Amino acid sequence: MSLATLLLLADGRLPSGGHAHSGGLEPQIAAGRVRDVDGLDGFLRGRLATGGLVSAAFAAAACADTGRAAELDVGLDARTPSPALRRASRAQGRALLRAGRAMWPVPAIGREPHQPVALGALAAAAGLTPVEAAVAAAHGTTTGSASAAVRLLGLDPYAVHALLARLAPECDRIAAVAAARSGDPVDELPAAGAPLLDIGAEHHATWEVRLFAS
Amino acid sequence: MHPELHEHGPDEVPHTHPDPGVDPHTPLAGGPRALRIGIGGPVGSGKTALVAALCRALGEEIRLAVVTNDIYTTEDADFLLRNGVLPAERIRAVETGCCPHTAIRDDISANLDAVEDLEEKLGPLDLVLVESGGDNLTATFSKGLIDQQIFVVDVSGGDKVPRKGGPGVTTADLLVINKTDLAPMVGADLSVMDRDAKARRHELPTVFLSLAEDKQATPVADWIRGLVAARV
Amino acid sequence: MRAEARVVAESDGRGGTRLAVLRGESPLLLRRTGRPAGGGVTVHLVGGAAGPLRGDELRLDVVVGPGARLEMLSVAASLALPGRPAPPSRLTVTASVAAGGTLRWLPEPLIAAAGCDHDVVTRVDVAEGGTLLWRDDLVCGRHREASGAVRADTLIRYAGVALYRHELAVGPGAPGWDGAAVLGGGRAIGTVVAAGPQLPGPPVVGADAASMRLAGPGVLATAVGEDIRQVKAALDPWCGAALAPLALV
Ligand SMILES: Nc1nc2c(ncn2[C@@H]2O[C@H](COP(=O)(O)OP(=O)(O)OP(=O)(O)O)[C@@H](O)[C@H]2O)c(=O)[nH]1
Ligand SMILES: [Mg+2]
Repeated sequence: MSLATLLLLADGRLPSGGHAHSGGLEPQIAAGRVRDVDGLDGFLRGRLATGGLVSAAFAAAACADTGRAAELDVGLDARTPSPALRRASRAQGRALLRAGRAMWPVPAIGREPHQPVALGALAAAAGLTPVEAAVAAAHGTTTGSASAAVRLLGLDPYAVHALLARLAPECDRIAAVAAARSGDPVDELPAAGAPLLDIGAEHHATWEVRLFAS
Repeated sequence: MHPELHEHGPDEVPHTHPDPGVDPHTPLAGGPRALRIGIGGPVGSGKTALVAALCRALGEEIRLAVVTNDIYTTEDADFLLRNGVLPAERIRAVETGCCPHTAIRDDISANLDAVEDLEEKLGPLDLVLVESGGDNLTATFSKGLIDQQIFVVDVSGGDKVPRKGGPGVTTADLLVINKTDLAPMVGADLSVMDRDAKARRHELPTVFLSLAEDKQATPVADWIRGLVAARV
Repeated sequence: MRAEARVVAESDGRGGTRLAVLRGESPLLLRRTGRPAGGGVTVHLVGGAAGPLRGDELRLDVVVGPGARLEMLSVAASLALPGRPAPPSRLTVTASVAAGGTLRWLPEPLIAAAGCDHDVVTRVDVAEGGTLLWRDDLVCGRHREASGAVRADTLIRYAGVALYRHELAVGPGAPGWDGAAVLGGGRAIGTVVAAGPQLPGPPVVGADAASMRLAGPGVLATAVGEDIRQVKAALDPWCGAALAPLALV
């Protein structure tokens, strides 16, 4: 393992399309549920415990055995009822693969895998371990939405980073849980869902005016 | 990347370009990919009007598609559709998450996906125009996304714009100074703009245009014809 | 308390359905209700005691054979309660639907009373050509009461492939469950999964509701509300519309 490689993979500046996605935050801001750092705190904790855990587990599983990519991909389909979120995840998976292929020898896992599967495959290609893939996944679920919050709500970036620092131990915990389960059969892997993210994503996809792709 | 489209300046760090098949732009089955031209410039300078004019001028003679990067709507794509300059399947809109310059410069993945999807769906193309979201004078396209870029400014901001410079004005492969019909109204002196543009841009070409009058953007269309011809 | 219940519905060979097995014990008591109409059979869960309480281990198995049609309802909401200190209560529901069979699972809501600690595990297998309408409503706490802890763990397979895999945790011990990503302060949530060869198409109306085409042959309709009335307002019409193409009971 290489810490510098992990930082590279988890860096928000990795050109993998993430900047155009709010992780479901934009519709919740529009619904008035997130207005300030406290609201963002609740949003991020819920997202981390649901989609974050699922992403981390699937990234860890794909990293542990890239040969499972196809069945993991089907497993994520079953965990992502919203067509808009499936599209967003696959678009980000494709973008991540594009970036990853330029960096490491990533094996063929399809053109548009779900984002966590792509992340796991990249991590494996980069010589990282499943728990590192899981940390990158959990970290990505919080930082992506947090940076969208700074842009959408004009929140104080220091206050937002203070929140991210408070969430860091939770990211580590989630990643450890996820990695410990990475060898489970796909049906038994975490499946925590977030109903408002699903509902919000479906409404958001129909908006005429929006800043983020999801 | 085609060497003829990419000059290496004397002060550039020595580098080589990988074969188009292995660089991040996925290779296309069956032949070279389309020429990609980025169209950038400040909000409202006439980028969409230029794209529409180019579709009118070139749509019949070359295989063409458009990617738009609106800041928060599909306005530009809708405009092109409404005006019937290009069929819907030849237009893609990309969302940019509040950062139009990021989507064309730092993280070009969504735009590359859109270009590839168009090429895959429509078959080989000669030209893809990528319109950036209206931004500021510093917004330029990544060379990983486009081969050539056009920067569109207009006269209504006053004749100081070329003097102010910025990467768009200074380095774009073609600078378009649009809305010359408005120059008398805003007291902009075109000869000052021309002089300043030359000073900033040295050999790089600049054209004056009024899209209100020239619905085919003739000088720009001719410039593109030359580029497309040079590729084959 | 441990209790088991089992329903087996079979085609009677004349276009109707008969119950080959209908067995339950308190608090999982089952009654066949109503007149058989349209070839289907309706069974109500009538309950028999308060609960589930901590420590309870309940199991319900539902089997719908080829060509049989079964509707499962309940007479009242079920209320998960704290009871004495004990491990979490657990209800495990398994269902299988054979080709040409139809199962409609439309029980009243589960209410997570303050202090409860309850698991619901649902495993449904629908064979290719089978039809399913599966609804689960959850209310987080009784009136003006904090929510108890409920963890719902659902897997619906269609033709052997996971169609819908979902876990939802509310109440103490579920980080961020009342944050804007999960329930956003809403106290009630309903989900309906329709699966089968003919899927309902209508949208679900409501700011916090949506219907979604699943990746496999199914649709999920889901609604979050301040209370169960809002959820019902969004989902009941959809369920009603869903019944028409399903040509059920
Ligand atoms: N008078 C005049 N108006 C023009 C000319 N070209 C464009 N316009 C008008 O300027 C306005 C903005 O033009 P667009 O083409 O939408 O500008 P844009 O650069 O695409 O704008 P954004 O995408 O919003 O940044 C429209 O109302 C056009 O009709 C011109 O040459 N003369
Ligand atoms: Mg425009």
